[in-house]
Amino acid sequence: MAEFKEISPNASAGAKLTNWFENRFPTMFDAYRVHMAEYYAPKNFNFWYIFGSLAMLVLVIQIVTGIFLVMHYKPDAALAFGSVEYIMRDVPWGWLIRYMHSTGASAFFVVVYLHMFRGLIYGSYRKPRELVWIFGCAIFLCLMAEAFMGYLLPWGQMSYWGAQVIVNLFAAIPFVGPDLALLIRGDYVVGDATLNRFFSFHVIAVPLVLLGLVVAHLLALHDVGSNNPDGIEIKGPNAPKDAQGHPLDGVPFHPYYTVHDIFGVSVFLMVFTAIIFFAPEFGGYFLEYNNFIPADPLQTPAHIAPVWYFTPFYSMLRAITSEMMYALIACVLLAGVLAATKLKLPSLFKAVVLGGAVVVAALMLAIDAKFWGVVVMGGAVVILFFLPWLDNSAVKSIRYRPDWHKYLYGIFVINFVVLAYLGVQPPSPIGERVSQVGTLFYFGFFLLMPWWSRIGQTKPVPDRVTFAAH
Amino acid sequence: MKKLILGLITALGLLSGAHASSGGGISWDKAPVNTSDVASLQNGAKLFVNYCLSCHSAAFMRYNRLQDLGFTNEQIKDNLLFATDKVGETMKSAIDPKQAKEWFGANPPDLTLIARSRAGHGGTGADYLYTFLRTFYVDEAKATGWNNLVFPSVGMPHALWELQGKRRPVYETKEEHGHEVHVFKGWEQLTPGTMTPLQYDQAIGDLVNFLQWMGEPAQNTRVRVGVWVLLFLLMFTVITWRLNAAYWKDVK
Repeated sequence: MAEFKEISPNASAGAKLTNWFENRFPTMFDAYRVHMAEYYAPKNFNFWYIFGSLAMLVLVIQIVTGIFLVMHYKPDAALAFGSVEYIMRDVPWGWLIRYMHSTGASAFFVVVYLHMFRGLIYGSYRKPRELVWIFGCAIFLCLMAEAFMGYLLPWGQMSYWGAQVIVNLFAAIPFVGPDLALLIRGDYVVGDATLNRFFSFHVIAVPLVLLGLVVAHLLALHDVGSNNPDGIEIKGPNAPKDAQGHPLDGVPFHPYYTVHDIFGVSVFLMVFTAIIFFAPEFGGYFLEYNNFIPADPLQTPAHIAPVWYFTPFYSMLRAITSEMMYALIACVLLAGVLAATKLKLPSLFKAVVLGGAVVVAALMLAIDAKFWGVVVMGGAVVILFFLPWLDNSAVKSIRYRPDWHKYLYGIFVINFVVLAYLGVQPPSPIGERVSQVGTLFYFGFFLLMPWWSRIGQTKPVPDRVTFAAH
Repeated sequence: MKKLILGLITALGLLSGAHASSGGGISWDKAPVNTSDVASLQNGAKLFVNYCLSCHSAAFMRYNRLQDLGFTNEQIKDNLLFATDKVGETMKSAIDPKQAKEWFGANPPDLTLIARSRAGHGGTGADYLYTFLRTFYVDEAKATGWNNLVFPSVGMPHALWELQGKRRPVYETKEEHGHEVHVFKGWEQLTPGTMTPLQYDQAIGDLVNFLQWMGEPAQNTRVRVGVWVLLFLLMFTVITWRLNAAYWKDVK
């Protein structure tokens, strides 16, 4: 047990109260110091560094509005749609709570995508922050599950048919697929059983995991310290420090970044509330028009599109046609041959690599393209986990990378947006080709990163962070 | 930073425009929607309960919500209540769903959210409804004797035909890419309605206005509150901006 601190009897009542608590719950006070008042963050954070705090804000908004929605929502196939309309019409301010939650879902993905992009361009995933990145990717995965299951709950046409399409994808997995899809649905079609289990997962299971991962993400971050736009370690052994050992290029998180983030939050809230109050459907992107029709298992909509934040991945799924499989098989065989001839490996390994490539190619021919579409869609997310070991650049930040790296990241972003756009559109022959090229680029960007990230002349990294006083 | 904000604004514009462009069939007319025009909404409500509710329901809409449009409970009870005698009830239709299916080939859809669900490439849901209700025509080939330009082979007969009269579309033949195509040119009035075409358009405008309002009765409140919320946040942002600057001015 920690030493009991005595306090002068002449101290103020506030100081005495604080002392009383500190003697009985020192952990809380330590946590405040470690994570707020004495957590030194680099002083050169720019615009891109607001999105972590904003993600936290949106998470709180989603949890609080979600609690109030559950008070009136009915997870029952016969009542769900009506109960959402009841919230929209008869519950006082129910419309506001519901729009906050529906807009919050899209806002969550906006800030998380921007937050991830920040990590990508400044190399925030690199040593020693690999675990911070991996926890973050796990959060992203949870978020996708959370959004997918939450989208079923209003029980509109898009809710229903979107869930039907996605759950049916699992049925494409060889051997276990049909049983797995049955296990997820709890029925042979999406129905009341599906709605109930999705509700349970959406309000309890996934949020619990999500919160745990957020804590892990933040604790791991505070252990290794934040990266910054220059990619310089401000707490490293050679970094300049003051007499107390605090980094000269850092400032205490509280108050400097708390006031900074409150400013960012108020700007964000202006955009967020402008959408809630003036365009809650956001042109059919945040609330799809078809979802104002109650789910009808007998009437399939002409065009089923997931909500915008899933569409880049949905595009990649649709890109995998049986024609595309030949291109993928060629890629696998080429990779096998290159690995066997170019890499310095014992000849036994070479044979294993070549043999493996042939086996994979054979499987790709034997199993339906639909299954490989699912693999590609899943792989597009899973590949993010490996980013720390794919990037071999000599410097972390894009600022000191060769110029053409910047263009490559630019193309990556454009490609991602194009894939997202195509995922919203009904299938078309041109769209299919473009999405196939886009899919190859997306995977090429990551899988070839170990090579291309080493190429080119990096710029000298300064000793101190770039910072212009305000 | 400025470039970035500009870029984001343009991106938003592109997004909202993406759904408005292109589309098939005849183009939708712009509906004269104004959900703060109480007289129009009241007229629309009257038309709705008189002409639509006998076959369609509005199962999520309560009669007493019409108070928002300036009706008193007594007025609602005396003039607008046909299927029930409780103003707290929702607007159910008198028709039996099984019979409806037999008569029209499909259940008449619930109309509570019709203006929200019918939006699409051609425009808003209100635009669609405004066009739909004004493009019925006589077609002896159909079981009901009616057809529609934006919803070909629709199961619904022209419920408002007495107001509009009977009409027939006139087509002209045009050459397009080497093919002969029929292009809609205008209408031929077969029998007059009790309303002039102008009055009819106005009545449909009121009805669609009501449908738009009914899709989200809170929409006027939403916009009104939104203005105040944004004004508050604008002031709050100025304060937080200066607060941030005050703290950071010492960081060298």
